[in-house]
Amino acid sequence: MTTKPVPASSAGMRERIGSRMADRVFHLLCLAGALTVGVLLVLVLWELIKGSQLSMHKFGWRFFISRTWDPNVDDYGALPFIYGTIVSSIIALLIAVPLSVGTAIYLTDLAPLWLRQPLTSLIEMLAAVPSVIWGLWGIFVLVPLLRKDVYPVLQKSLGFLPFFKGTILGVGLLTAGIIVAIMILPIVASVSREVLRSVPNLQREAAYALGATRWEVTRIAVLSYARRGLFGAAVLGLGRALGETMAVTMVIGNQPSVSPSVFAPADTLASVIANQFPEAAGISLSALFELGLVLLAVTIVINILAQIMIHALTTAETRRVA
Amino acid sequence: MWKDAYSKNHPGVQINYQSVGSGAGIKQLTSQTVNFGASDAPMTDEAMKSAPGKILHIPVVAGAVAITYNLPGDPKLKFDPDTLAGIYLGQITKWNDPKIVALNPGVQLPDQAITVVHRSDGSGTTFIFTDYLSVVNQDWATKVGKNTSVNWPTGVGGKGNEGVFGQVKQLPGAIGYVELGYAVENKLPVADLKNKAGKFVTPTPDSVSKAMATATIPDDFRFSMVDAPGDDAYPISGASWVLLYQKQSDAAKGKVLVDFLKWCVTEGQKMSPQLDYAPLPDSVQQRELKLLDTVTF
Repeated sequence: MTTKPVPASSAGMRERIGSRMADRVFHLLCLAGALTVGVLLVLVLWELIKGSQLSMHKFGWRFFISRTWDPNVDDYGALPFIYGTIVSSIIALLIAVPLSVGTAIYLTDLAPLWLRQPLTSLIEMLAAVPSVIWGLWGIFVLVPLLRKDVYPVLQKSLGFLPFFKGTILGVGLLTAGIIVAIMILPIVASVSREVLRSVPNLQREAAYALGATRWEVTRIAVLSYARRGLFGAAVLGLGRALGETMAVTMVIGNQPSVSPSVFAPADTLASVIANQFPEAAGISLSALFELGLVLLAVTIVINILAQIMIHALTTAETRRVA
Repeated sequence: MWKDAYSKNHPGVQINYQSVGSGAGIKQLTSQTVNFGASDAPMTDEAMKSAPGKILHIPVVAGAVAITYNLPGDPKLKFDPDTLAGIYLGQITKWNDPKIVALNPGVQLPDQAITVVHRSDGSGTTFIFTDYLSVVNQDWATKVGKNTSVNWPTGVGGKGNEGVFGQVKQLPGAIGYVELGYAVENKLPVADLKNKAGKFVTPTPDSVSKAMATATIPDDFRFSMVDAPGDDAYPISGASWVLLYQKQSDAAKGKVLVDFLKWCVTEGQKMSPQLDYAPLPDSVQQRELKLLDTVTF
């Protein structure tokens, strides 16, 4: 280790104080940057709370269980949108998580080395496609395909379940869920990949040494070890799915209704805000603000949960093993 | 279209128009962020009271809301007010319902569910359409009402005219309402509607003009022209207004604005049919010019 020799001359002294000043300014700039993000978040939260006052006073808690959204008599309720958001996000997770985890396993353990980077880049490119493009692709390609070929088959085979009853329109909860699944695939896959990579090789080697097969190694040594981190990745994907707006609004049908059928048109918090905000005024605007507040609150909570879970895995476990 | 034509003849004048929706337009006019706004629905009394000055309504075009549908063979269909209301209320659910069959003898109507398509965003087109349904059908008036955005009893929503037309085009058995221009440009079939006089009328700029000619138009130009009594009037017609303050704060801009609007309601009317809008009848043009003369700077 070398230490900086203490300069004997006064010029050297000035130089040392100068660089300390520079350090402090740099420190302050970075602090300001970090604080700005936090301040912005608080400001947004504040604006949303301020804007929802009218609606909160008029509807109170009834807002969360009312199914009506009637601009003509100014009666608003959030239930159909909360339902649509949650159901479409759950469908998206059910589709995306197995695919993502499978992809992550392939990328960390099974793929030949020359394939790993190109495939990773390809998946990350999926994340670069703008939401609107997915929406357009959804309307013109996915919806007709699903309506003509996929859904009728689904209804014929699983139609006894209440989820698959009802008229098939092509647009609806399931279609929105599928599009969102495609959109959250890259983020869940890449976080899962990081999580699986952080599993120490000792685990895998130990399992192999005990005579486990490839699948058993993956299941016992890798997946069960990485359980919490993978769950965190899924929750991160959920956070993204909840806020997805443009793609969803184009394929979900925009009908605020609560129906057990996944073929039914529905609406989500983000979608209705995007649709009605420009024309809203007075109470309807306040109701939209309140919907926004609900969405923001849920998204923040979910994202914090996800961060905690992923962080807990990647640090604590490495400490434990070492 | 008008602003480009006017700018060509009057170099040095630049008019900026942004399509943001009637509600946003009115909001910006009230907060005076813009010099003029446009809307497909007249401002309500409360909205006008909350504005900082008196706002003038200048109708500049009239258009039709066409009913379009997706059926094999694109047959020419006829509807009457109660059938249309029944479809949008969710009471009539199949294409081969006896009411529709009775109106369209000779057309092979399939045993297929009707998928209703409406607007998911607030819109002047919705206002005109629901205004019409409220006037002709008591059930609709009490259950749903008229507004730029309503609680639709059934159907799926599309964003903008494009969204509705997109949904109708993709879904066999769908029915939707769009501005006439959109239907014509995209070659969608449009239905004939039975008007107040009992005749079935096709939506065209001409039938809209006839509706405007027979509608009652008060001096402040805030009116509704749905279900007009004329013989060849198309029942779902509405005007679009330009909104501006009677007292213009910026004299230079104000003079240009009035000049532009005077041009719009006279010379500009010749361009309307190109976009499938109806030109204003002469009598209305004269009354509007008089109103524009009352603008002070």
